[in-house]
Amino acid sequence: MIDEFREGDELIPDAGPPTGDGTATLGDIAFVEGVDPERARAQLADVPWEAGAKKPDPILVATNVVRRFGGLTAVDVDHVEIQRGVITALIGPNGAGKTTFFNLLTNFDSPDEGHRVFKGESIDTVPAHKIADRGMVRTFQLTKSLSKMTVIENMKLGATAQTGESMFKSIFPFLWKGQEAEIEAKADDLLRHFKMDHMRNEFAGTLSGGQRKLLEMARALMVEPEMVMLDEPMAGVNPALTQSLLGHVTGLRDQGMTVLFVEHDMDMVQEISDWVIVMAEGRIIAEGPPASIGQNQDVVDAYLGSSHDSALDLEREL
Amino acid sequence: MDWGAIIETIVRGLIGERFIYFALAAIGLNLHFGYTGLLNFGQAAFMAAGAYGLALTVTSVGPLINDDEGIFQLNISDGWLFVIGVFVGICILPVLLALLMGIPTLRLRADYLAIVTIAIAEAIRIFMRSPRFDWFTGASDGLGGFSGTFYDLSPFDPGERYFFNLFIGNQMFLVIIGWIVLAIGATFCWLLIRSPWGRVLKAIREDEDAARSLGKNAYSYKMQALVLGGVFGAMGGMLRAIGFSLAQPDNFITDVTFFVWVALILGGAGTVLGPLAGAAILYAVLDGTDTFLREAVANDVIPDSIMSGTQVGQVRFMLIGLGLILLAAFRPQGIFGNKEEMALDDR
Repeated sequence: MIDEFREGDELIPDAGPPTGDGTATLGDIAFVEGVDPERARAQLADVPWEAGAKKPDPILVATNVVRRFGGLTAVDVDHVEIQRGVITALIGPNGAGKTTFFNLLTNFDSPDEGHRVFKGESIDTVPAHKIADRGMVRTFQLTKSLSKMTVIENMKLGATAQTGESMFKSIFPFLWKGQEAEIEAKADDLLRHFKMDHMRNEFAGTLSGGQRKLLEMARALMVEPEMVMLDEPMAGVNPALTQSLLGHVTGLRDQGMTVLFVEHDMDMVQEISDWVIVMAEGRIIAEGPPASIGQNQDVVDAYLGSSHDSALDLEREL
Repeated sequence: MDWGAIIETIVRGLIGERFIYFALAAIGLNLHFGYTGLLNFGQAAFMAAGAYGLALTVTSVGPLINDDEGIFQLNISDGWLFVIGVFVGICILPVLLALLMGIPTLRLRADYLAIVTIAIAEAIRIFMRSPRFDWFTGASDGLGGFSGTFYDLSPFDPGERYFFNLFIGNQMFLVIIGWIVLAIGATFCWLLIRSPWGRVLKAIREDEDAARSLGKNAYSYKMQALVLGGVFGAMGGMLRAIGFSLAQPDNFITDVTFFVWVALILGGAGTVLGPLAGAAILYAVLDGTDTFLREAVANDVIPDSIMSGTQVGQVRFMLIGLGLILLAAFRPQGIFGNKEEMALDDR
């Protein structure tokens, strides 16, 4: 945690949100064809505020997903749909099973029961490493920047379908040099966008916590995803950098990407999400636009304990 | 004191045949550990696979398929039999061995591979020692008689000494071939490591899940690295068997694996030149101190009250141990390693 207040963080706050005049210049790098974020958000207005609500244009659907660890049922989700082109937050108190559910959605863990459908195709039997090729990419709660690789190497790793990643082709540089140059150009574009180009050749291990989060997000975009899954993108980030990171997340949506992120800080969720899914004790207990969530009795109970009202009443009575 | 003899052994250690065997094995281990993070404690098994792949093919299988009394009468010439043996020893046995070690363990945490490799290496050695299959494996006496074809190609006179009188004819030929193999191997490795393939290996070493989330099949890459590193180990083992003209189980004891590790750590894991420099320095120091101490004891520079001639062997290992402790304390990244990179481990 000490890392976060190292020198160099000062360099980041000027990396303001890429919104405003609409010049979120990811160029054609990450723009998802045929997705209109405005329309996708508008569609959500008609969705009922209830757990498991059907969405007009779901990109990811999970049904009857159950994950048990021995006798403990960590996740037991009847039905959930994630709307394409919007930012969905998955929230819940500690131990609600958010990260476990997240791992199940990205196939980093296999459920004991249930089905998951991404872009209309079942991903139940797709191994974790093939999910990226299908257009879904995830980040991790504990940032996985590859310390002993430079920032640019980290970025270049993210590109999919690289010829030079085959062992036999890799020893003939002329087979992959061209593609490598394209990848490098794209990586440099993204680094510029995330205002990290000045640390291009530094080892990722020397970056601060917040910079690593940025790097991980930028690296994920190298995959050219349609859906980005962020596991606690704000965990351990210097408050000065939070706004910039939030700006980048909304930037992804404005480029047509679908974002699902796990978070347990409600303020953050209120600020950027278009739709919120609340989990508690492994189940989905509520869904709705961010404003609706604070008033939902089930959610308040889940966060504060269901007997808090009675406790207050008791106090008043005494 | 015969300083000439001391310098001679040092130079021999630096460029001689043992340097070649261990440098090749260390290149393989570098692919495993230095780049992919695989803990292979059974490199000796891969070396044995190279040695026995050749020896079994030429000495044991050859007569079975070639002789009038054998199962088949194929009449394969000695030359071709040697070539087939080299192929079996480099391209077949080590690959099978890597699959055997890797399939059950590479999906698990790194320590499982470590346990399995050390166990398989010992199991293979003990199996080869067993008198049960003496007729095929040669048991503890090992197999000989497979290196003739190789030395027949030598342009050097076996009776003469070459290269400042360092090597006799056959050794000279082996060292030259060894250096060629080593040069090709190191170049090949360098090409691999600076390619996107090498980048994926490094990513897996740093964090497997991150690589997987970016669409890299970590299991497959780890297997490829295990196989390829094993093939390098097999080349080292095969040249070693040719050098001894003998493939014997006890030439592939666990110590051999740890000599390879020492060479790699000394030179710097995760660098292209590290394994080469490490193997060279290891044998220069090991042989140099041996000759030096023997000379010193013989000439009473070191009196008998401190050390006798028979204790020299143990003392030089103590010195190597001391050297390694000092290395770990003052230069943990090895000779070629990057200190900056090493420091990132603590974060």
